[in-house]
Amino acid sequence: MTWQGWAEIAFTLSVTIALGWPLGLYMARVWTGQKTWLDPVAHPIERGFYALCGVKPDEGQGWLGYASAFLMFSGAGFLLLYLILRVQGVLPLNPLHFAGMSPHLAFNTAISFVTNTNWQSYAGESTLSNLSQMAGLTVQNFASAAAGIAVAAALARAFAANRGEKLGNFWADLTRVTLYILLPISLVLAFVLLAQGIPQTLAASVDAKTLEGAKQTLVVGPVASQEIIKQLGTNGGGFFNANSAHPFENPNAWSNLIEEIVMNALAFGVFIAFGVVAFARKEARALVAAAAIIVSSAAALIYVNETLPTPALVHAQHVVATPNMEGKEVRFGAPSSSVWTAMTTGASDGGVNAMHESYTPLGGGIALFLIKLGEMTPGGVGSGLYGMVVMAIIAVFVAGLMVGRTPEYLGKKVEAREVKFAVLATLILPTALLGFAAIAAVLPEALKGLSANGPHGLTEILYAYGSAVGNNGSAFAGLTANAPWWDTTLGIAMGLGRFAYAIPVLAMAGSIAAKPKLAPTAGTLPTNGLQFVLLLLGVILILGGLQYFPPLALGPIVEHFQMLSANR
Amino acid sequence: MNMLQHLRPALVMMVLFTVVTGVVYPLVVTGVAQVALPYQANGSLLKDAHGQVVGSALIGQNFAGPGYLHPRPSAAGTNGYDATNSSGSNLGPMDKKLADRINGDAKTLNAESSAPIPADAVTTSGSGLDPDVTPANAARQIPRIAKARGMANDAVMAIIGRATEQPALGFIGQPHVNVLLVNRALDAVRPLPHRS
Repeated sequence: MTWQGWAEIAFTLSVTIALGWPLGLYMARVWTGQKTWLDPVAHPIERGFYALCGVKPDEGQGWLGYASAFLMFSGAGFLLLYLILRVQGVLPLNPLHFAGMSPHLAFNTAISFVTNTNWQSYAGESTLSNLSQMAGLTVQNFASAAAGIAVAAALARAFAANRGEKLGNFWADLTRVTLYILLPISLVLAFVLLAQGIPQTLAASVDAKTLEGAKQTLVVGPVASQEIIKQLGTNGGGFFNANSAHPFENPNAWSNLIEEIVMNALAFGVFIAFGVVAFARKEARALVAAAAIIVSSAAALIYVNETLPTPALVHAQHVVATPNMEGKEVRFGAPSSSVWTAMTTGASDGGVNAMHESYTPLGGGIALFLIKLGEMTPGGVGSGLYGMVVMAIIAVFVAGLMVGRTPEYLGKKVEAREVKFAVLATLILPTALLGFAAIAAVLPEALKGLSANGPHGLTEILYAYGSAVGNNGSAFAGLTANAPWWDTTLGIAMGLGRFAYAIPVLAMAGSIAAKPKLAPTAGTLPTNGLQFVLLLLGVILILGGLQYFPPLALGPIVEHFQMLSANR
Repeated sequence: MNMLQHLRPALVMMVLFTVVTGVVYPLVVTGVAQVALPYQANGSLLKDAHGQVVGSALIGQNFAGPGYLHPRPSAAGTNGYDATNSSGSNLGPMDKKLADRINGDAKTLNAESSAPIPADAVTTSGSGLDPDVTPANAARQIPRIAKARGMANDAVMAIIGRATEQPALGFIGQPHVNVLLVNRALDAVRPLPHRS
């Protein structure tokens, strides 16, 4: 560990969290339909969208209408993407003549990108045409991110409402978030990334003759335009197999810093926008604090572990045994890789700049733990916020039980119905994760895909289902996932993690919106101070920790002690 | 029906998203990039005097001859540095295959020099296409390169120094030496006697 390493980690996280404020204040304007300086360009396009779709943007939807629109939009996206991936072989912009995907791979990939997971059972550079990358995947990078932010906006309006019924209009939220936030930021930052060296061309490959006379085929493509929205929308699906470890996705320290900041700043921005719209700025700050504490501690712990000596280096003669450089790029080293890993697993992004499978047991284990906490630190854009609000509701409920008083959150009484929906949402993650993992751990068809035995193999299974159901998308990539069992079950897990979470949240929002907005009284638990942050942290860690402690103990924790004894 | 009323907006919206974010947006970025930043947009390609592309400044390559700076081991493709197959080894820290590979590579490197081997010289990168080595790894190879080319150690060291990048702002990222830039500079200063 070096002081530069610690400085880099601290700097990256502070800049990211600080940028949440301006982004969030702007986003609140977009959610509430106020004027922005982009109006002259974006407003006519926005109006065109509504006219062609035949929607009235001011017509509010109840939770059921909002949820139906969200489901229909995701369903349409899934069908279109599935179709493109299956028939890419006969579509244009396919100079390397890639065939269409198999049914199970296309199913997995389509659901993966529609649910903002971006789990990749394939290697982009040897599977996908430029058309599939652009008109297929880039589109869902925007659409799934915008849909997630829309659901968060609906939840914010529910808390602002006083005996209201409407949560806003899904189509308007979707359109405005895309045209006023995602697209303009991507357009500008795509060029910043380009200037660092990320390619952007419609060509697919270039042949080089090396100085020693060998042939090397360089795969290029429209990478920059996809790279920026991959990070901004907490999608994480790489153009290339190696994701942001690939020098064409992430060429240097600056591109790395920008990609890191972008993958968490907007998610923090959603927290701030929620605070503005729900009239709860201080309470939103408490949510930001809880998320920031967890992701920062995780980054520090991963850094400590990645600078531990590893047995293979310790026992080789004359080798400097640290840092753990297997799976890491020289330009990033341990600090850039560690902070990235905490941010990508805390944010449900899932892009990687180093290979998690080759991390030390606890380095990779903390990444897995962050995913299992439920992707809210700060989580995916939109989905992180509603995940955190669900936790806050459970926290006030727990506090209410202690003092025997009906709890309130942000001026709304939290009663049986809301708590049931909140708990229903939080149950999806452990049910799907542990359920599928338990079957996979004994099913020969599933075990064929593993690249390791013992605790590391168990971690591979846990990581795969955690990543899928948490809509993260990063992997212990030794797992050979492109097989019917893994493609199908991971696809189902991704769908459950997205929709079986968001629908109860919207139902909860509907019930919250209908309640009267109460002024706080002397008996109201303050939800904006240190006390509440600690309570919230306790709930998050106990829910995450207790549910998963047994499998974590058998996976990363046991492997850590095996490693320590092997180092002797 | 509640769901059916959303059918038209869902389908039309998906088409609009495809046109705006999947066609117009990437094509606008491509068009502007090809005019304003053609070197980066086409992959930071390096060419020799005859215009032949010798590689990308950003993508690592295999170098085996004693007169060249050697890259890290690579897990991309069967022979390493296959830019159509970016990949890490994905071997866990306790994997015996990892220990065997590192032991084998360390034996070869120990035969070459008695200096300690930096970790990056025996580990594969995340992409398998790492264009860089650490300054310590590069420094360890100076005597071999100098001997093969009949150059002074200091001259090789100076070339490596010019291809070394320091962390941004002094603390973001790690110092690194670009292997291809060093090898191009070496060939320019003192071509190898026998080029195949």
